[in-house]
Amino acid sequence: MNGFLSPEEWTAIGLSLKVSSVATLVSLPVGIAMAMLLARGRFFGRTLLDGLVHLPLVMPPVVTGYLLLLAFGRKGPLGAFFEHTFGLVFAFRWTGAALACGVMGFPLMVRAIRLSIESIDHKLEQAASTLGAGRALVFLTVTLPLALPGILAGVVLSFARALGEFGATITFVSNIPGQTQTMPSAIYALIQTPDGDAAALRLTGISIAISLAALVLSEFLARRVTRGGAA
Amino acid sequence: MTLSIAIRQQLGPFSLDVALETGPGVTALFGRSGSGKTSLVNLVAGLSRPDQGRIVLDERTLVDTERSIFVPAGKRRIGYVFQEGRLFPHLSVRSNLLYGRWLTPQARRWGGLDEVVDLLGIGALMARMPRDLSGGEKQRVAIGRALLSSPDCLLMDEPLAALDRERKAEILPFIERLRDAKRLPIVYVSHSVEEVARLADTVALIEAGRVAAIGPVGEVFARLDAIGEWEAGAVLEATVLAQDPEAGVTRLDHPAGSLVVPSIDAPIGKRLRIRIRARDVTLAVGEPGRLSVRNRLRAEIVSIGEGRGQNVGIRLSVGGEPMLARVTRDAVRDLELVPGLAVIALVKAVALDGI
Repeated sequence: MNGFLSPEEWTAIGLSLKVSSVATLVSLPVGIAMAMLLARGRFFGRTLLDGLVHLPLVMPPVVTGYLLLLAFGRKGPLGAFFEHTFGLVFAFRWTGAALACGVMGFPLMVRAIRLSIESIDHKLEQAASTLGAGRALVFLTVTLPLALPGILAGVVLSFARALGEFGATITFVSNIPGQTQTMPSAIYALIQTPDGDAAALRLTGISIAISLAALVLSEFLARRVTRGGAA
Repeated sequence: MTLSIAIRQQLGPFSLDVALETGPGVTALFGRSGSGKTSLVNLVAGLSRPDQGRIVLDERTLVDTERSIFVPAGKRRIGYVFQEGRLFPHLSVRSNLLYGRWLTPQARRWGGLDEVVDLLGIGALMARMPRDLSGGEKQRVAIGRALLSSPDCLLMDEPLAALDRERKAEILPFIERLRDAKRLPIVYVSHSVEEVARLADTVALIEAGRVAAIGPVGEVFARLDAIGEWEAGAVLEATVLAQDPEAGVTRLDHPAGSLVVPSIDAPIGKRLRIRIRARDVTLAVGEPGRLSVRNRLRAEIVSIGEGRGQNVGIRLSVGGEPMLARVTRDAVRDLELVPGLAVIALVKAVALDGI
């Protein structure tokens, strides 16, 4: 196997998987909370918040990346805050790539989860409350399990988006091999190199394989959940 | 255990303004759909808030708008059986049943899983998922789930309305057993005269968000103004005396005489209720001769209704219980019917079907 791909290519694949997984897992709880807020909340400014969440989906990725650079760069207000408070640096690090991927995948994740929360019959939650469950328990034992197919769909969409994310990442954290060079950036760099065609093709094939595997896995999980009764 | 309600709630153009107190046993909220029955039980369950008023269960104040008390649904200990069951689709029957029990502190639990499962006859369903159950089975599981949360009071909102006649006949005996076995106050919402006559001890007639009449089931159902000329009648309690499968009838004992009704599947000695509609009652002065009419009850005329038109309602007393007969004005004149007169009330056995 090692002979098939160069160490640099392996690094790019490993980094892509790490960045996408972290981006998806970290944004998942935030995404569920945001979906719950948008599906069930009745407050002033809900439409505005909805629009803000969807912004990365419609803005040019380069713009998103540049905004992230302004806000989370070492001199940006949020970047400085995270560095001083948690010692967490985003600029030109893999963490920054994960942040960019998470932000780009967030609208897709929220959308999928929100739709499935909206399709849950609120009367079931009422029934749970008459049986003695408080709000947190109603959420954990009824809402969350019934929204599971949507949550899975959201995770897969966000993961796939993260895997393919290019524009915002390269704008925000550049293209540093071993640090921020994910598969798409690596493919881009290889295409610019005179003898890079074969390597670019290999990485392209692997990209396709990973995406397909994620899709199949999610179908399989969704089917198991549905058989369990949460359809 | 008493539930006392005095609330006001504005729901769009509809206003609910109800004050009533339930005793032990089954209290029926009876009225046509849209009269506010479900809104009322939702307030009791804590699924909505009244604009004004109080709801008190025994000593526990659940709602008091003046003192800003609102106990959330999860803390009320009030069971609720919904019209559509509302079983959790992602949980098995067993997990559905145990959901409320799991949330009830050990010290407050009453009734075991086995006991409830036996009472409702759902032992064979435990491993199934709700979507594999019939409508009647779902409803029995929903009743079991509510019971296993060990509530202080049980609300049932048209639990049989979505079921066909056979399924109803399948579940009614379970609710009767529940009424007789547990000393649990039940608030039973229904627009079905049959169900209410069979189950309720007290009836509150709800009309356009108000309590139009309240009282023992026999009294409310004997009021023509309360449930309409067509359905008004008496609800008598009788005991099963004998079964006569050859003739296809069951003989019942009532203080005013014995009754013959189409076969009822019930053991001898069991007390059950018979509803006799006013329009099915014939009156005779003096002992009638040989008649095909099987049921003859000794009665005394209490009052003769005024009313216009050709028909009048006559209130009777049979063994101390109220009964109603509907006869023509012409017959009243001809038989010289007056209050205090002893008469024989005749009811065809076939008219007593369907309860």
